[in-house]
Amino acid sequence: MSDVRQHADDIHDQFSDHVDVSVDDVEGRLRTLVDEYKVPIDEARRSVTNHYLDESGLDREDLSSGSSEVVEIEEIDEPEQWVDVTAKVIELWDPRSDSVAQVGLLGDPTGTIKFTKWAKSDLPALEEGGVYELDNVVTDEYQGRYSVKLNSTTVIEALDEELEVGDDTSEIEGALVDMQSGSGLIKRCPKDDCTRVLQNGRCNEHGEVEGEFDLRIKTVVDDGIDAHEVIFDKDATEELTGISLEEAKDMAMDALDTTVVADEIREKVVGTYYRIEGPTFGRYVLADDVTELDGPADPEELLIKARSM
Amino acid sequence: MSQSELTREVARRVFAAEFNDSTYAFKESDDERAPNYALLPTGDRANRIFLVGTLTETEDVGEDSEYWRGRVVDPTGTFFVYAGQYQPEAASVLRDTEPPAYVSIVGKPRTYETDDGTVNVSVRPETISVVDDDTRDRWVVETAERTLHRIEAFREWEADQEAPESASTAPTNEYAQMAREQYDSPVENYRRTVIQALESLEEIETEATP
Repeated sequence: MSDVRQHADDIHDQFSDHVDVSVDDVEGRLRTLVDEYKVPIDEARRSVTNHYLDESGLDREDLSSGSSEVVEIEEIDEPEQWVDVTAKVIELWDPRSDSVAQVGLLGDPTGTIKFTKWAKSDLPALEEGGVYELDNVVTDEYQGRYSVKLNSTTVIEALDEELEVGDDTSEIEGALVDMQSGSGLIKRCPKDDCTRVLQNGRCNEHGEVEGEFDLRIKTVVDDGIDAHEVIFDKDATEELTGISLEEAKDMAMDALDTTVVADEIREKVVGTYYRIEGPTFGRYVLADDVTELDGPADPEELLIKARSM
Repeated sequence: MSQSELTREVARRVFAAEFNDSTYAFKESDDERAPNYALLPTGDRANRIFLVGTLTETEDVGEDSEYWRGRVVDPTGTFFVYAGQYQPEAASVLRDTEPPAYVSIVGKPRTYETDDGTVNVSVRPETISVVDDDTRDRWVVETAERTLHRIEAFREWEADQEAPESASTAPTNEYAQMAREQYDSPVENYRRTVIQALESLEEIETEATP
């Protein structure tokens, strides 16, 4: 189906309850604008939509959004649905491929979702922090996680309003592939509300202080699609490793070296599969609920798929 | 430093059979520090991989200093893993681990051209950990899934090439295109290795059930 035909279909769907009009008629109007008068498709679509609004005496608000449905982000639970969302661009990420114009995270009061905008759809750029009405985006699913894809039929409208973004809990299933420096038994600044991690006994803010011991791990959990940075606080670290803060202090005391704790933890956790749930802070996920994935894996379903491909 | 240099490269899941065919290496820019990628024949780039398999052999092949080679076997073939003085932790795991053992490895693909012009692909490990058989099985299933996904995307792209006039929402797939230009072996081969890998798990299950 051509792009114009797709747009014509969408417009037709919007008006079919109100006006007696054929898809061909809509397409004809669009083609006149696009092919003869070289009007951009978005503008042509707006213009044709307005024409039918006038003809029918309807207001824009009266229209159903046609084949796409207005949804909130948390409602998205099925791939290949055409939907309209109003969302804020929380973060833009670097596209990994030239075929992607923009990729990032959208949020609304109900949650967040990844979006991808293809280079070939030739859409205007979204800005970080901007709030947009995105009509006609397609949902997609991969490994149980949903995303939306902007395509050449998507209509982007920048809104001049603020949008609260809801608390977002991430769930990641993947292999813990790296433990970063600053993990294990650390010391924090004891000053009120500081809690900075000390570097060689020094706090960036308060200089040399008598630090307080704490346990934490900074890791990368990689699901083969994205590398997520995950932080385990003291409780999560104790649960994950079975090493308590007291035991960690004893280990360090025996060895006269705090790095033995990180080494021991690394040996236990790197290279293992986990499911991790927790809130997202910027680029970090804070591990709230951690399960080691050690049950048997079931190849049956995939085998059926592989054989039928 | 640009944002892209700060973004950590994802560890691709790839079976040994496909990995060892990934002989074409490239960079995305002329920048000296630009990351190296191996081109996977199913149409993706890999700067890092994650693999789990059976360590069957280790040998110090170094002359002046220690240089450890490990053979790590998955259901489709063998990964060759090399660790020397610049990968001290990985080297010490290879030195200290008694094969056979299940290991999981995070590492970078490296290509090496021999005198007769053959290109060998190996893994330079960042970390090696001893793991259990459930982790191995989970990796086989996960890698099968990722490989099938790449094959699907490759075929979608192929279909798109054949019918360019139809407006499709299928993305362009530059690495599929690159793979077709660089490699002879059809993606169908890798579908077969996926089946082979998954069947090997089934057999183990059948044997375990009386």
